Amino acid sequence: MILRRAQFELAGRVVGPFLASLDVWKRQLRRRRRAPRESPFGPPLESVRKLKELMTAHYFQGRFADGAVPVAWVTSGFPVEILRPLGFHAVYPENHAAMCGVQRLVPGLSDAVEAMGFSRDLCSYARTDLGSVVTGRTPVGRLPRPDLLACCTNICQTVLYWYRALADHFHVPLVLVDTPYVYGEAKPHHVRYVRDQLEELVRVGERISGRRAEPEALAEVARKAKEGTDLWADCLATGRSRPAPWTGIDGFFHMAPIVALRGTDTCNAYYRLLRDELRDRVRRGIGGIREERHRLLWDNLPIWFAVREVATLLAERGFNFVCTSYTNAWAEAGSRIDPRDLIGSAAFSYTHIILNQDLPNRLGILRRLARDYAVDGAVLHSDRSCKPYSIGQVDLKERLAAELGIRVLLLEADHSDPRAWAQEQGENRLTAFMESFG
Amino acid sequence: MRAAAIGVDVGSTTCKAVAVDAAGRPVAHRVEPTDPRIEPQVERIVRELREETGAVGPVGATGYGRKRVPSGRALTEITCHARGAFATVRRSGALVDMGGQDTKVIRIGPAGEVLDFAMNDKCAAGTGRFLEVILGRLRVPFDEVSAQVSRAARAVPVSSTCTVFAESEVISLVAGGEPLEGILKGLHQALAARVAALARGTAGSGEVFMSGGVALNAAMVGALRDALGRPIHVVPEPQLVGALGAALSVLPGSP
Repeated sequence: MILRRAQFELAGRVVGPFLASLDVWKRQLRRRRRAPRESPFGPPLESVRKLKELMTAHYFQGRFADGAVPVAWVTSGFPVEILRPLGFHAVYPENHAAMCGVQRLVPGLSDAVEAMGFSRDLCSYARTDLGSVVTGRTPVGRLPRPDLLACCTNICQTVLYWYRALADHFHVPLVLVDTPYVYGEAKPHHVRYVRDQLEELVRVGERISGRRAEPEALAEVARKAKEGTDLWADCLATGRSRPAPWTGIDGFFHMAPIVALRGTDTCNAYYRLLRDELRDRVRRGIGGIREERHRLLWDNLPIWFAVREVATLLAERGFNFVCTSYTNAWAEAGSRIDPRDLIGSAAFSYTHIILNQDLPNRLGILRRLARDYAVDGAVLHSDRSCKPYSIGQVDLKERLAAELGIRVLLLEADHSDPRAWAQEQGENRLTAFMESFG
Repeated sequence: MRAAAIGVDVGSTTCKAVAVDAAGRPVAHRVEPTDPRIEPQVERIVRELREETGAVGPVGATGYGRKRVPSGRALTEITCHARGAFATVRRSGALVDMGGQDTKVIRIGPAGEVLDFAMNDKCAAGTGRFLEVILGRLRVPFDEVSAQVSRAARAVPVSSTCTVFAESEVISLVAGGEPLEGILKGLHQALAARVAALARGTAGSGEVFMSGGVALNAAMVGALRDALGRPIHVVPEPQLVGALGAALSVLPGSP
């Protein structure tokens, strides 16, 4: 146990960062060897290097987590803050699945679970994760075995069945936090209901970790989570400048720490660095794309496996996604966390995640983003895998177009399964959409 | 007469080309089945049109093969169909373009601009290909479809709009002794219902126009009229609308 712990600490503090810097160095060398290409994007963000280092170290350390510290696999909308003071290493299967998506590994992993009887109509994140579990294939070397599965239904109901399948596979406890769907605003008894479940989570977490959740430690992690969320919000807000100092696509990649490392010093230090760089770019007038002619809003998850192609197609014609409802969700989730009452404020905040809110609320968020970031148009990604995010988009499209006088495109794809993306048709729609701006 | 620009529409089924004069009026055209080797086919067609009309002007390209058109300026079919249709009918409204692989509904503004559009996604149901596959299976020549549908005493309902499933459904209907005319009518209704669903969200309340090769099939126009409950105006020379729009897009002096 002590040896394992030492290995875990060494992996996270020394070997992981070293491997990451080695990787960055290799990439730079490769880039230097390649002939310079004409790019429609602005100069790359310096922080990317730090981001890679951070995430490589995180996943590398994870390889040695089981046996060293308690490990929890959690959904993206889970109040992870409560587990941190108990010493849990948190693994985000959705974040891992997104990495598999970027590397186009999903069809192979999905085939493995489809052969077991899971439907292809199931969310591609769920298929990727279960596929990775049963085949052991992962781009990060190894995922640590969980001691606890922590699932919150504020993002969808699929996670419940997905995590049940994981519990069945690993034979470990599953904590379910059920969040009632919000129409308007959550009723006090809804929040109380969620709060009761979070208190039970504390008890289960204490039992598994063998530690006590001290009030001071809970307050400290709450403070860090709120600070991290606010820093992330500051980073996103720089996109209001003209030109926006980065692209929405950059935002998709840079959100990894706020999802997977929320409530830690590492996360906050990173976003301070990123915020300062973005603000500096704003001061110097450096844009995410070379020539920003039109500003767009993106709704829903990214198309991970085609994210670069789509951004390039648009950037070549001067279109930039200056804001996305997806990255914005992480600027809101933790903003109402109160260090004086982590459990109560987390119950409220995590019930009000965008995907757990009714259509008028979602329209309100999109309308606010569209105005704050002064966009000329919006692309609503109708995501085959994410039904709760995609439902209602036909109405959202009409309302946004009518109320704000902007052009809106509905684009059918999937967040990580390339088999649900018709490239030629998709690019055709995006091109026609851009042509309609004249 | 000297043509000032040429537009080429390389579709999934047919390749269309139109040469226009300096005022944007069509002066010559070509329609051929699309060859898998697009570049030589388009080069030949453009050369023939240049020889016929003395055109020296630029080439505009649209359709799925638009990027394969040598020295052509590429634009999507949405923009070109809207432009071609508006230049012909000179009115705003909704344009339903039914082509081989795509069905599009385009809302055109008072200045001919694209206000909004919707297309079928990742599936050829509701497109010309759907009809082509089933008609091929039933051995009904395209020119005779309309007459056969008009002779049908009643429509035999075809529930599937998936091209692959509809094919097997139609075969079983034929085997079950249902009249061919009735099955054809049912097929047109199923197809029209699908297109109408696409149109309802996008078309608005103005006039409805139709372009694309499928608009040459009067039975389809009639079925769509019944499904939408509104009159359909077929744009003259519907198959050439995209190519015309592509030509107008590169015509010197045009916006």
